[in-house]
Amino acid sequence: MLRFVLRRLALLVPVLVGLSVLLFAWVRALPGDPARALLGQRATPEGIARVNEVYGFNEPILVQYFAYVKALLSGDFGRSIRTGQPVLESFVEKFPATLELGLTALLLAVVVGVPLGYYAARHQGRFLDTAIVSGSLLGVVTPVFFLAILLKLVFANWLGWLPTSLRQDVRIDATHITNFYVLDGILTREWDAVWDALVHLVLPSVALATIPLAIIVRITRAAVAEVVNEDYVRTAESKGLSSRVVSRRHILRNALLPVVTTIGLQAGLLLSGAVLTETVFSFNGIGQYLFQAIGQRDYPVLQGFILFIALVYALINLLVDVLYGVIDPRVRVS
Amino acid sequence: MTIPLPPAAGHVGDPGDPGRGPATGAYEDDSKGLSLWKGAWHRLRRNPTAIVGAVIVLVFVVISIIAPLLTPYEPGSAAWSGQVTPTSVPGPSEEHLLGLDRFGSDLYTQLLFGARQSLIYGVVSTAIGLSVGAVMGIVAGGLGGWVDTFVMRLVDIMLSIPSLLLAVSIAALLGQNAYAVMIAIGAAQVPIFARLLRGSMLSQAKSDYVLAATALGIKRRKIVLGHILPNAVGPTIVQATLNLATAIIEVAALSFLGLGEGDPAIAEWGRMLVAAQDRFEAAPQLAILPGAAIAITALGFTLFGEALREALDPRTRR
Repeated sequence: MLRFVLRRLALLVPVLVGLSVLLFAWVRALPGDPARALLGQRATPEGIARVNEVYGFNEPILVQYFAYVKALLSGDFGRSIRTGQPVLESFVEKFPATLELGLTALLLAVVVGVPLGYYAARHQGRFLDTAIVSGSLLGVVTPVFFLAILLKLVFANWLGWLPTSLRQDVRIDATHITNFYVLDGILTREWDAVWDALVHLVLPSVALATIPLAIIVRITRAAVAEVVNEDYVRTAESKGLSSRVVSRRHILRNALLPVVTTIGLQAGLLLSGAVLTETVFSFNGIGQYLFQAIGQRDYPVLQGFILFIALVYALINLLVDVLYGVIDPRVRVS
Repeated sequence: MTIPLPPAAGHVGDPGDPGRGPATGAYEDDSKGLSLWKGAWHRLRRNPTAIVGAVIVLVFVVISIIAPLLTPYEPGSAAWSGQVTPTSVPGPSEEHLLGLDRFGSDLYTQLLFGARQSLIYGVVSTAIGLSVGAVMGIVAGGLGGWVDTFVMRLVDIMLSIPSLLLAVSIAALLGQNAYAVMIAIGAAQVPIFARLLRGSMLSQAKSDYVLAATALGIKRRKIVLGHILPNAVGPTIVQATLNLATAIIEVAALSFLGLGEGDPAIAEWGRMLVAAQDRFEAAPQLAILPGAAIAITALGFTLFGEALREALDPRTRR
């Protein structure tokens, strides 16, 4: 297993090197002088000279690239043009919010999606199956931000059941240790803070969960429908095992393999969906941070963001592959 | 570059039609003795999903073409901005079927022209993604060796970022205009098509009919262009149809993130949705209608694309 992980990490190196070259070229491909492009409307002759010095735009291109890579390796992802804050620092500060949102959404998608898909597969052609399949199709085509706006309109603005925005009510003076608000509340035993953070998570995570949920339903349905006809399921049934044992040990365990793979693929959807959802609900994570950076054309933030996302994305996929090996012993052997 | 509606499917398939070359004879499956494309057309016609999808796509395309005939007003005219106040937006009336939007334009007109905008964006960006991706995939799969390695590494790098964020980074680089949006969304699709075509080139390179063609001494280039490629057309069209749905959603998402077309006179569903947000409670129709339009259009392309996939490859049927 360790060798497998190491090999996967080694495969990541060329991708990251390539990405760093592209991102390096990206800032230099901005129209006009890079310093001017970075500063945008705030460009003054002194400002340009200062940026040229800080970023070394006057140096030969190769020197610039190696300086960039060296900075990256020492954890320097650049500084925001807008606030002057180191980009990585802001990410680390805001990433827990996005992770909290993303994991809640994923949990929701799996907990609801797998049983629905299983049920649909075991009752193919019946009314509920048709309803589930149609619903999942609708889930796939509804834009995340539209759904987010709709949920906010109905449940927050009209019915007033849930908060419209933010991660926690500002009046709750909660202590934050890890920036995972739910976890913080549990650690400090501030139960009202936990409850409030959870209430704020409901709408954004439902909006974010919809597409992964729809996909998980469809994949589970397809996988279960295939496994049900396998010989080993018939054998298990004919030797008198209870249907609970058969469905759990023989059907679900085998059908879950493609589902786990899809969960890995969902990571990308969740990350881009988080950008949109956080924007709608002013949920203070990296998504909203990116949205602000786009609005201000804060290129160093965008540059750092993409590299950061690529790293996170790669690590999630690695994790999924490892998980895959845990569930399916056949993968471990090969 | 047209939307692959049922009648078009037969045309696109012509190169792969059996009877043109001895080697493609293997594709006369389907016991009824029909060709791949004729069989697909038969299955498609009898599939209600395909019909619903095709109808939605057809309505969408027709609306975007004849939009000016369906409304007496110009898009983005904002001629009635005097009637819009911070707390209220005029609802449906005799002159304005769906009322006004928050800038004082006719909402119905904006929606119609939004369809046109979505169609142009969707088709052009998918065409960009398809042509660049296909060339990359064919070159990689056809030449192999270091070219293949190089191209596929490039694809890996593009896939290392979620596609919407890849589009965001390209759009941010190119500035706020229609070309930037199309190129960005198209570029995000490139790796999908590159992988698809490379994969199908490689899998077919091992097939019996290619072996037969090679044994007959047919030139490699001719095998690739005349035998392998026509057989990859089906999955590519399916993917392109499905990608049209994604492209239309992603265009709206870019607008939503402030990276869309900069000209406010052009009606675009995504931006209509953003603009509606601050009049939410007063006029929810401003958000609901464009959002529903995006979802329905995407649904049409998705339904049709999936039906087409089933029709071309009956094994995937459940």
